[in-house]
Amino acid sequence: MIKDITIGQFFPGKSFIHKMDARAKFSLMFAFIIIIFVCKNLVSLGIVFGFALFMIILSKVAIKTILKSFKMIVFIIILTSALQIFYNSKGTVLFDWWKIKVTDIGMLTALFMAVRIITLILSSSLLTYTTSPTLLTDAIERLFSPLKILRINVSTLAMMMTIALRFIPILIDEVDRIMSAQKARGADLETGGLIKRAKALLPIFIPLFVNSFRRAFELAYAMECRCYKGGEGRTRMTAMKMHIRDFFAVFVIAGLLAGVIWVNRVFVALI
Amino acid sequence: MPVLETKNLTYQYGAGTPFCVTALDDVSVSIEKGELVGIIGHTGSGKSTLMQHFNALLKPDKGQVLLEGKDINENKQAGLEARFKVGLCFQYPEYQLFEATVYKDIAYGPANMKLDGKEVDARVRQAAEYVGIPPDMLEKSPFDLSGGEKRRAAIAGVMAMRPEILILDEPTAGLDPSGRSKIMELIVNYKKTTGNTVLLVSHSMDEIAAVSDRILVMKGGKIAMFDSVKHVFGRVSELISMGLFVPEITNIMLKLKERGVGVRTDIFTLEGAANELLHLLFLH
Ligand SMILES: Nc1ncnc2c1ncn2[C@@H]1O[C@H](COP(=O)(O)OP(=O)(O)O)[C@@H](O)[C@H]1O
Ligand SMILES: [Mg+2]
Repeated sequence: MIKDITIGQFFPGKSFIHKMDARAKFSLMFAFIIIIFVCKNLVSLGIVFGFALFMIILSKVAIKTILKSFKMIVFIIILTSALQIFYNSKGTVLFDWWKIKVTDIGMLTALFMAVRIITLILSSSLLTYTTSPTLLTDAIERLFSPLKILRINVSTLAMMMTIALRFIPILIDEVDRIMSAQKARGADLETGGLIKRAKALLPIFIPLFVNSFRRAFELAYAMECRCYKGGEGRTRMTAMKMHIRDFFAVFVIAGLLAGVIWVNRVFVALI
Repeated sequence: MPVLETKNLTYQYGAGTPFCVTALDDVSVSIEKGELVGIIGHTGSGKSTLMQHFNALLKPDKGQVLLEGKDINENKQAGLEARFKVGLCFQYPEYQLFEATVYKDIAYGPANMKLDGKEVDARVRQAAEYVGIPPDMLEKSPFDLSGGEKRRAAIAGVMAMRPEILILDEPTAGLDPSGRSKIMELIVNYKKTTGNTVLLVSHSMDEIAAVSDRILVMKGGKIAMFDSVKHVFGRVSELISMGLFVPEITNIMLKLKERGVGVRTDIFTLEGAANELLHLLFLH
C-alpha cells in the first residue's frame, strides 16, 4: 500500500556505496543521471540500466523494498510509454485500428522511455537510500558553497532540502494513520466517480496539512532550542575526506560515460 | 456466544522484507457481550495491531476474527459491517479532526452510514452529551478547542456511530490529570448507559484497575494473561518482568504487608484501600 513508498528513506549499511564520500556520491549520481540522458539507443540504455542494477546489488538495499516502491509509480511509467506508442507514426505499421497506428519504432520508443524512467528512479533513490540525512545536507552545502558569492544562503537551502527529503517517509506514515482512522469512521475511498473520490480525500488531506504545520513548528522550536541559527559559522564534528574508493568510483563513471558515447556511435540504428 | 472472538490470529508487518515484524502470534481470545476489557502490555506488544483487526482494518495473515460468530474477513460486506459495529478510536484521535465545525466532524461517521438527517442529528447530540461537549461548542471549529476537548470531540465522532463494541486505544495518553479523569469518567458512564462492550487500551494500571471487568495482558504479540482484575494484579512479579506494574494503591498495600501490617493486597482502588485501612483501625 501507500507505506511501500520508500523514496527518501535511509537504510543504514556498510556497503561500498554507503561508505563513499557523500559529495562524491552526490556528484556522481548527478553525472549518472546525465549519462542516462546521453543514451541514444536501447543498447547504451541497456548498459546504463544494467549498471544501475549493479549499484543496487552493491548497496545491499533489499531489492524487494525497491520493487514495492515501484508499484506505486508503475502507472506513470505505463502512461508515459503508452503515449510514445500512439504519437509515433514512423516505421513499419504493426497494428492499425481507427486512428491508432502502432509501429515498430513506436514500440521501441515506448520501451526506451520506460527503461529510462525506471533507471532514473532507481539511481536517484539510491542516493537517499545509502546516505544519512546529515551527511547529505553536509555534502549539498559543501558542493554548492561557491554560490555564496551570489549571496545565496547555501546552508539554509541545504538544510531545507534535507528536511524535506526526511519528511517524505514521515508524511507517508501519517497518511497511512489518518486513512486508517477515517476508514474506521466509515470513509469510503475506493468507490464512486471522480468528484466523489476527490471529496473523499478531504478528510485525509486536511488533517495531513494541519499536522504538517504543527510538525514544522515543533521542529523549528526544537532546532532553535538546540541553538540552531542558520548555518553561518557552524563548524562540523567530522571532516569529509575523499578516499581511494571515491576516486575509483569517479573513474568507473567516467568509463561508463565513454562507453555510452561509443555505443551510441556504433549502434545508430536502434532508435 | 462471545460477541468478539479471534482464532489463532497471526499478523506480520512487512512480510518478506528485512523489516518483517511478527506483531501478533497465534492470538486466540474471546470477549463477552457487555464487558469492559482493559488491555495492557509493553509498547510494541501488539495491542494496537490487535485492535485494528477487530474492525477489519487489518486482515490477518493466519486465523480468523469472528464478530457475533461471523468471520469479518469472509467478504467485503462483512468487513464493512464490522466497521460500523466495532467503533475504533485510534491513539491521538484529535489529529484526525478535519471538518469546519465540531458538529460536522462528529456527524462524519453517522453520515457515512447513510442515515437520514434526523437520525444523524440525534446521534451527534447524544454523543456530544456522552463526552460532555456543550451544545454551543458544537458550532466551534475543532481546531479552536483545547487538547482535552479535541480528544473528547474525536471520541464522540466514534460513539456517534453507536457501535456495539467501542474500542479506545490509549484514550488518555498525553492529557493532563483532569482531562484524563474526565475521559475515564465518560467511558464508565457510556458503558453504564448503553450496556455496550468496551475495549480499553491504557498504560495506566490505575485506570485499568478502576474500570475493567477483565484484563488482557499482551507480551511480544501473544496473550500473556486474560483474567479478572484480582487475578492479573495478583501476579506481581510476572507483570514486573514484562515491564508492567500494579496499580499505585496495590503497591502501597504490598509495601505495608512487607513491613508486617496484616492488610489484604488484592485491593486496586482508593476506596477499597480506605475501607481496608478503616477496617484494620477498628480491629485494633
Ligand atoms: N505500520 C507499521 N509498520 C511496521 N511495523 C509496525 C507498524 N505498526 C506497528 N508495527 C510493529 O508491530 C509491533 C506491534 O506494534 P503495536 O501493535 O503498535 O504495539 P502497541 O500498540 O502494543 O504499542 C511493534 O514491534 C511495531 O514496531
Ligand atoms: Mg499502540
